[in-house]
Amino acid sequence: MLDIQKIRADFPILNCTVNGKPLIYFDNGATSQKPQVVIDAISNYYKEINANIHRGVHTLSQLATDAYEVSRGKVQQHINAKHSHEVIFTSGTTQGINLVASSFTALIKAGDEIMVSALEHHSNIVPWQFLCERTGATLVVIPMNDKGELIMEEYDRLLSEKTKIVAVNHISNALGTINPIEEIIAKAHHVGAAVLIDGAQATPHLRPDVQALDCDFYVFSGHKICGPTGVGILYGKEAWLNQLPPYMGGGEMIKEVTFEKTTYADLPHKFEAGTPNIADGIALGTAIDYLNGIGFENIQKQEKELLAYATAKLLEIEGLKIYGTSENKTSVVSFNIEGIHPYDIGTIIDKLGVAVRTGHHCTQPIMNYFNIPGTVRASFSFYNTKEEIDIFVDSVKKAKTMLS
Amino acid sequence: MTIKEIQEEIVDEFSMFDDWMQRYEYIIELGKSLPLIDEKYKTDENIIKGCQSKVWVHAEEQDGKVVFTADSDAILTKGIIAILIRAFSNQSPQAILDADTQFIDEIGLKEHLSPTRANGLVSMIKQIKMYALAFQAKQ
Repeated sequence: MLDIQKIRADFPILNCTVNGKPLIYFDNGATSQKPQVVIDAISNYYKEINANIHRGVHTLSQLATDAYEVSRGKVQQHINAKHSHEVIFTSGTTQGINLVASSFTALIKAGDEIMVSALEHHSNIVPWQFLCERTGATLVVIPMNDKGELIMEEYDRLLSEKTKIVAVNHISNALGTINPIEEIIAKAHHVGAAVLIDGAQATPHLRPDVQALDCDFYVFSGHKICGPTGVGILYGKEAWLNQLPPYMGGGEMIKEVTFEKTTYADLPHKFEAGTPNIADGIALGTAIDYLNGIGFENIQKQEKELLAYATAKLLEIEGLKIYGTSENKTSVVSFNIEGIHPYDIGTIIDKLGVAVRTGHHCTQPIMNYFNIPGTVRASFSFYNTKEEIDIFVDSVKKAKTMLS
Repeated sequence: MTIKEIQEEIVDEFSMFDDWMQRYEYIIELGKSLPLIDEKYKTDENIIKGCQSKVWVHAEEQDGKVVFTADSDAILTKGIIAILIRAFSNQSPQAILDADTQFIDEIGLKEHLSPTRANGLVSMIKQIKMYALAFQAKQ
């Protein structure tokens, strides 16, 4: 059993007031809050060991390089990658997807198919559309049902020898659905397609085992897992990363440069041109340690309870409809109240101290499917409480009364 | 009344409320009184997209004055449009071009006109001024 009050004390921002009310932060799907240890890791880096990495022979540069590489090792262990050089630091999930989509250009030709799902965030759609435009490939979409689950029979039907890449999220950001990625990966491999898993919404809730999953690429963001903004991870199987050309040119990614020809550095540096986000890369390791200290089993238990409690309480409100009703979902409740715009609800409950996301959540195809302008999305983290949910539900009721 | 006088009148009305809830309830009321845009102008081309709530605005010239009608799918946005239209409608193009929206700040609704707020209102004000400019050029 987690001592939630003790955990909350780790997060300075959770003591804030907003509009004169204690902050209730239910926008964890957008970004998580940061514990003091992560904040300290960032400032300690600048206070004690700031230097450019992988270059200097001086002591500080060595210390900074060591800290950065230790963090890479923590990520490797965390996701159970076979090699630490399969872990590439990026600026976040979006960059990771763009990197892979861009680097695949030479391997894709007209007539090939790139497959995404109806549940994707725009950042797992648009980079693939770019790839299709560059190469003449076709974007194919795995449809979903009314519960917000992928229709696997359709996936089977759509998969073919033409499918070169399957890019799906592990967990939907707008609806919380957990996708059957093991099955998706195995079936894609059967037709020879590579698989990229967008783990941005999964990594706050679970520890992916990339070897067990057997995915070719797994991408996620630091800021959603209690780490800093501006840093993320691209995991790629060694063979793929060796085969793909670099995404950006610059310092650190080269072996030898002449005006005639440049040879590339080995992994992971081949994909890490320029001075990286050193401070945040180091602090990401701290965030991973922090989460593992709490334990993902404990995190899941707490979030599951919060989800069940919030779902039951919200459904007591007349006219409230929840979007995303799969039995297999994470602690996200996306909803609307009949006749009321989500923007209005979000604005009113913000005045009551409750932070939720409203809008289309960068998933316009999902909103179009349900024929709605957007939803109110409350996304819970392990540091949230049932008492907060009570206040949140009361706020929604108050908003409903005002707005009806 | 001049735009300035109308704005002062609105600030006066809002000064009667002691808390945000009363203010918001009044905005919702005002939203219901908004001079609605004719359905035929509620086209996709006339939508001012603000990411979350949609805003439509239309202008016509009557006796040298610009008359605005509008709508939104969110009621709070609609209420604030009603406040803006009350201030800007039935005025000369030059008066509209010269006016500012400082009074929104004074009635405690500044955040709704923030360029980072995804509600279409900032673009709507731009559109109001564009209409005024277009009618002024014609005069």
